[in-house]
Amino acid sequence: MAKAKIQKKSTETDMTPFVDVAFLILSFFIMATKFKPSEPVPIETPNSVASQIMPDNNAVMMSIDKDNKVYFSIMSKSDLQKGKDIVKEAAKRAGVTLSDGDLSHYTDGMMMGMPFNKLKSFLALPPADQAKVKQDGIPVMDSATNELVNWIGAAKYVFAGETLKYLVKGDNSSKYPAFNALIDAMKRNDEQKYNLVTMPTDAPPGSELYLDRLKGK
Amino acid sequence: MASLDTGGDDGHKKGPGVKKAKRQSTRVDMTPMVDLGFLLITFFIFTATMSNPTTMDLNMPKDSDKKDQETKIKQSGSLTVLLAKDNKVFYYEGEMDPTGANFKSDTYKGIRNEIINKKKEVVSHYVQDPACEQEARSKGKSIDDCKQKDFFVIIKPTDDATYKNVVDMLDEMTINKVARYALVKPFPGELDAIRLTIGGAPAAAPATPAK
Repeated sequence: MAKAKIQKKSTETDMTPFVDVAFLILSFFIMATKFKPSEPVPIETPNSVASQIMPDNNAVMMSIDKDNKVYFSIMSKSDLQKGKDIVKEAAKRAGVTLSDGDLSHYTDGMMMGMPFNKLKSFLALPPADQAKVKQDGIPVMDSATNELVNWIGAAKYVFAGETLKYLVKGDNSSKYPAFNALIDAMKRNDEQKYNLVTMPTDAPPGSELYLDRLKGK
Repeated sequence: MASLDTGGDDGHKKGPGVKKAKRQSTRVDMTPMVDLGFLLITFFIFTATMSNPTTMDLNMPKDSDKKDQETKIKQSGSLTVLLAKDNKVFYYEGEMDPTGANFKSDTYKGIRNEIINKKKEVVSHYVQDPACEQEARSKGKSIDDCKQKDFFVIIKPTDDATYKNVVDMLDEMTINKVARYALVKPFPGELDAIRLTIGGAPAAAPATPAK
């Protein structure tokens, strides 16, 4: 009787497709990654079900860090000069004169959290040193010396006639009074609409919004 | 593998002492490359911020001194939520009872049910308002807003509340589709009530000096 021949198969698998897929994923992640510009102050934002994407152009952002310090940043990547103009205008309103030369180290979206009397020396530092400096935060708590009013006013002035979004980015553990002072500064500039920056999260299952979104899909 | 050249097994023989040229395999060992590839993948997966930050709209009313411009709300349909320190929430319906009988404490998880219940209650008392429904229909909106037009949530964050508390509460409004709500400063009476409750509760945290 002829014995059935058992073919000896090699235990080695062909890794090529596996490697192909792996590198495909790798290239996807490399391309999809947008590196966050290093922030001098880490801010952990709360989660919300809001689904609006954060604008990153023609916007000013007021940030509150965990020590209740307030920072102001301008996002105008399409026109950097506007950002510089806002800084100059805000300083001018507080009686500090800044020239374009003082703003040579200005970068788009940088977080400025200095009172106006220290702003000039802070801006004179090279960018690498700016990140190391522990900023004092814009004075806001006292409504008489709320410097944020100047900042917002200047932004409003420079962006007159154009759309400007006001973003508020607060740290989870920052206290309400700082946020309240910020709202106050906005109100004094007659600005009532703003956006709170949050991280997205899903609507809790069973809630009305959840059912609504389910229907929408 | 390393083996001695015994010779004699292949057809062509070279002279004694002449070594056979080793044929090198064209295959490259891919293992280190794959290792590196996966290392990079893990790195990018960890650093990738897939979720871009989103924003939540917040519209504040204009400050006005005129009495007639104040928003009037019905006592029966109002729910006041106070945000206190250590993620504590206090709430009461309508007007606060002087004895504090309707002043209750809750958590951020539990407050959702309170809001839903209150909303249901208000909607159940809804008397049809054809004018409002007509307007909603003509604008292509749902008449839900008419049904809950008497429902109003007043959010009062105290100075001890964190920013997260406020955002969570505002988010709760979106989740439960509360059409009308406002951020308001708490009254001194309410702050006293919170102080009393936190201090008087049996399971209160060890007394820490107030900041």
